Amino acid sequence: MSDVAHPVTRPTPVTTEPRLARHILIGTVVALVAVLLFAPLFAVFAEALRQGWAASIEGISSPDARAAIRLTLIVAAIAVPLNAVFGIAAAWAITKFDFRGKAFLITLIDLPFSVSPVVAGLALVLLFGANSWFGAWLIAHDLKIVFAFPGIVLATMFVTFPFVARELIPVMMEQGRAEEEAALTLGASGWRVFLTVTLPNIRWALLYGVLLCNARAMGEFGAVAVISGKIRGETTTMPIMIEMLYNEYLSVAAFSLAAVLALLALVTLFLKSLLEWCYADLLAATRRH
Amino acid sequence: MRAGILRSPSPLPGFGLSFGIMMAVLSIVVLLPIVALLGHGLAIGPADLWGMVSSRRIRAALALSFRAALVASLFNLVFGLVLAWVLVRYRFWGRRLIDAAIDLPFALPTAVAGIALTALYAPNGAFGQLLAPLGLRVAYTEIGIWLALIFIGLPFVVRTVQPVIEEVDREVEEVSATLGARRAYTLRRVVLPTLTPALLTGFALALARSVGEYGSVIFIAGNLPFQTEIAPLLIVIRLEEYNHEAATAIGLAMLLIAFAMLLAINAIQIWSRRRIGDV
Repeated sequence: MSDVAHPVTRPTPVTTEPRLARHILIGTVVALVAVLLFAPLFAVFAEALRQGWAASIEGISSPDARAAIRLTLIVAAIAVPLNAVFGIAAAWAITKFDFRGKAFLITLIDLPFSVSPVVAGLALVLLFGANSWFGAWLIAHDLKIVFAFPGIVLATMFVTFPFVARELIPVMMEQGRAEEEAALTLGASGWRVFLTVTLPNIRWALLYGVLLCNARAMGEFGAVAVISGKIRGETTTMPIMIEMLYNEYLSVAAFSLAAVLALLALVTLFLKSLLEWCYADLLAATRRH
Repeated sequence: MRAGILRSPSPLPGFGLSFGIMMAVLSIVVLLPIVALLGHGLAIGPADLWGMVSSRRIRAALALSFRAALVASLFNLVFGLVLAWVLVRYRFWGRRLIDAAIDLPFALPTAVAGIALTALYAPNGAFGQLLAPLGLRVAYTEIGIWLALIFIGLPFVVRTVQPVIEEVDREVEEVSATLGARRAYTLRRVVLPTLTPALLTGFALALARSVGEYGSVIFIAGNLPFQTEIAPLLIVIRLEEYNHEAATAIGLAMLLIAFAMLLAINAIQIWSRRRIGDV
């Protein structure tokens, strides 16, 4: 036996691929990610700055662009908190109580993930449009939903609907009910239990969900395109404005506005990664396994 | 009488409030619009709906949306698996950056992705110029649609498979190796079967998202009827013509596809839970 002749310093890596295969795989992955993900991101900034900073800043400071930025911020400021409240309520009802039809309910909450945003917009137009069931009543009361601000908020809420609930449900499911029940037996009120026991346990998952919800809310295009009517300066959110500028061959202005949204996406990704690295154990169980 | 047979008793408060908020928002934001869409469909009647959906232009658009989504999701199925494997198993410079970048398509607005891809792949764009001498046109062709759908579907497979790979028991791989299996055989016969449910779930999620995608596609597609016109765009066109009937017909067809995929995803999850305990 020649075992003694050359002492084994490292166990043979039987649970990894041959060295060459590893290098090829890493090379493929890096190349594809560079082409598929980094190149488009880079292109946004390159196109935005094609004629220098001045032209770029001018592009995003026109009255229409400023109105679009303002509208996007206001819509997100309304839709995101509403969906957060919904998400918390849904997660509380689903994880703290046992009732029939729970699985079906979760499927319904997930529904907006598989429905095309354009179909969502269409459904809202059919529900609230001029010749719909509600339409006549809305016109009689001088309320505008379609081609107006409330429609944009509803469309945004539809597409971002599952985000917060989806993050909270697995976390609260895993944490169980024992802590809340203990607090209750010690005499805490329902709200106190929620604020001092539940909320601290779910805050990072909540923040995570809100972050993703916000990114999608500010960037939603299809559903808003259908319901907003694209009235310049009134119902144009940033993504809609980008489309208009692009179609008018105002490339620098379109890409400058796009760069603002891309920066927002980068901030979102950064915060998301930070949350994942720092609080991995407190985020959704699905990511921890 | 709130409790009763539908709900087993719990000492915790707030069922009425939380359930109420949930149902109210769910109904107003999601269910009522969907019901309105279904109601309009019923009012038009199945025969007329079918007549419209089977018109050549709508059929072409639906077929294109589904075909392109299938191609893109198949690409993402393979590439997503490789990506997830490399990110979990290998250590290399830039790994964390790539891991963080995977979620870019989730965070980047679709319209921004759309114009960025078009700028890159247009005949005078950075990549378009390189591909033109090869006779390959990407922008304003179906390949452009595939590319946009690959972009937006990329994270789904990676993010569903990644946690499962992290859980794979290396001892099983060692056992396989000691029993004389070559690495490729171990991967194919030992590792891959445990990943299959997650792969299928990720694939179905990517497919569902891609079939209905609009924002990233319309800029790069060229939008020629019968050739590069996707179904969601046709809905928008019909709505702009105030042809609500045709828009409803296409919308219902797409909703049906969405429901079918949701069912498929649930079925995959139930099947895999039975087989290996958890997804």
